[in-house]
Amino acid sequence: MAGSDIAAAPPPSGGLWSRLPGFIRRSLSIVVLLLVWEGVAQAGWIDPFLLPGLSDVIRRGYEEVGSAGLVYLTGLTLYRTLFAFILAAVIGVSIGVAMSVSKNVRWFCDPLVSFAFPIPKIALLPIFVLWFGVFDVSKITMTTVACIVPIISATHLGTRNIDKYLVWSARALGTSERKLFWKIIVPAALPAILTGLQIAFPITLIVSIVCEMLTGGQGLGGYMIYAARFGESDKVFLGIFFTALIGYILIEGFAWLRRRLLVWHTETSGAV
Amino acid sequence: MNAVRFYTPLFLIVAFWQMAAMVGMVDAELLPSPVAIGAGLAHLATAGDLLLHVGVSVYRQMAGLVLAVLVGVSLGIGMAHVAWVRDVFEPIVRITYPLPKSALIPLLILWFGIGHNSKIFAVFLGCLLPVVVSSFNGTRGVNTQLVWSARSLGTRGIRLLWKIYFQAALPEILSGLRIALALSYTLLVSSEFLIARAGLGFLIQSLGEAGDYPGMFAGILIVALIGFTADRLYVKWMNWMLRWQDQT
Repeated sequence: MAGSDIAAAPPPSGGLWSRLPGFIRRSLSIVVLLLVWEGVAQAGWIDPFLLPGLSDVIRRGYEEVGSAGLVYLTGLTLYRTLFAFILAAVIGVSIGVAMSVSKNVRWFCDPLVSFAFPIPKIALLPIFVLWFGVFDVSKITMTTVACIVPIISATHLGTRNIDKYLVWSARALGTSERKLFWKIIVPAALPAILTGLQIAFPITLIVSIVCEMLTGGQGLGGYMIYAARFGESDKVFLGIFFTALIGYILIEGFAWLRRRLLVWHTETSGAV
Repeated sequence: MNAVRFYTPLFLIVAFWQMAAMVGMVDAELLPSPVAIGAGLAHLATAGDLLLHVGVSVYRQMAGLVLAVLVGVSLGIGMAHVAWVRDVFEPIVRITYPLPKSALIPLLILWFGIGHNSKIFAVFLGCLLPVVVSSFNGTRGVNTQLVWSARSLGTRGIRLLWKIYFQAALPEILSGLRIALALSYTLLVSSEFLIARAGLGFLIQSLGEAGDYPGMFAGILIVALIGFTADRLYVKWMNWMLRWQDQT
């Protein structure tokens, strides 16, 4: 990493830009973007139907958080997303481990996973709506199905590639099979499993938002699509902002959890 | 032949499904039998304008993806090399990264209407960040000794960029592209479900609303097969592109 810095770094006697303090250089583009947005909107260059001003969106945000229960809608989306994700994690990790332990399960599940991996699972939504109606059951089932595949395949890879000397040593020292599973297999596979969960998570959020847009039932997705239908673009922006907020909190929370769970791992001590 | 044997369980499931449908274990309204879906598929292919919908969807998906690759690879390599490009775009990437891009579809409908453009942009925005991030990381991780050797042998400027950085970063760029490919279909179908006048998402949606469930299942099957085939072909192409790599 340090080496490529040398190769990529600008000459030390660079212009004004490289002499600015780092935090200014790194936040300037965002600040300018927001100012241009507000300026263009206030100057009336763009129809507010297409681009409401930043200040209008913020003002609308105050109203909506108070009256329309935007916090409640955010909570609803959060609940559906997390419910589906946890369901997928529990089932997906179990199937992945079972595939590594049992040859028959692997024979059966391997082709299914390999077929399901690249297909756009969201296309199945009409089927789930047909089976389960338009309420939470179909949304959560759809979201679970969409994110379970990467979890299964990461768990399977992680548990299959465990250093066999670890297992042999533990067995030689008389560890029971049950203890072997919890003390050796699970910790050794944990980094790969967590990576699978981290890959699956953004998919969970993408799909659960789309489900809400398509089948209603409130939530942020429903909120945005109704706002778009009535041409209330400030509400659309507000919905995007709150969705991004959920995404940010959950992704950061997950990264934090990973660091906590893998304190013992070289990955954690080696990284910044 | 090996592939056929590998997929045996899949065929067994379909066979079981067909038998269950024939003995009346499942409600044909809720789950049409594979034979009925096949008939629906044949009907779509002969009577309907299936090819038009496939063409429209493939066009939107390819346009969005190609745009994302062109912009994303340039931006990623630029960010890895030029300090100000990185300072300008890294915060934007960081801020927009956690946003599920499907949340932008309503806004894109407002901006670009219900035709091609809103779908192309949805695919473009959905695929952009994985390509940017993989190109950036790939280029940053290029072996510096490779760069030094090339420089000492007199390679400069655009040749250095193309011959060394781009080629050495290719494995990582191509694996980012595979993720983008999968995302492109998800965003395409989502935006076509939401609002459209043509395309496979629209076709599935309208068949479902008309109560033609074998047709709806057949439409979903087509989408699944397109996604599956595209991924397999891509992986084949990727391995061919990277045939110079050490096979481990």
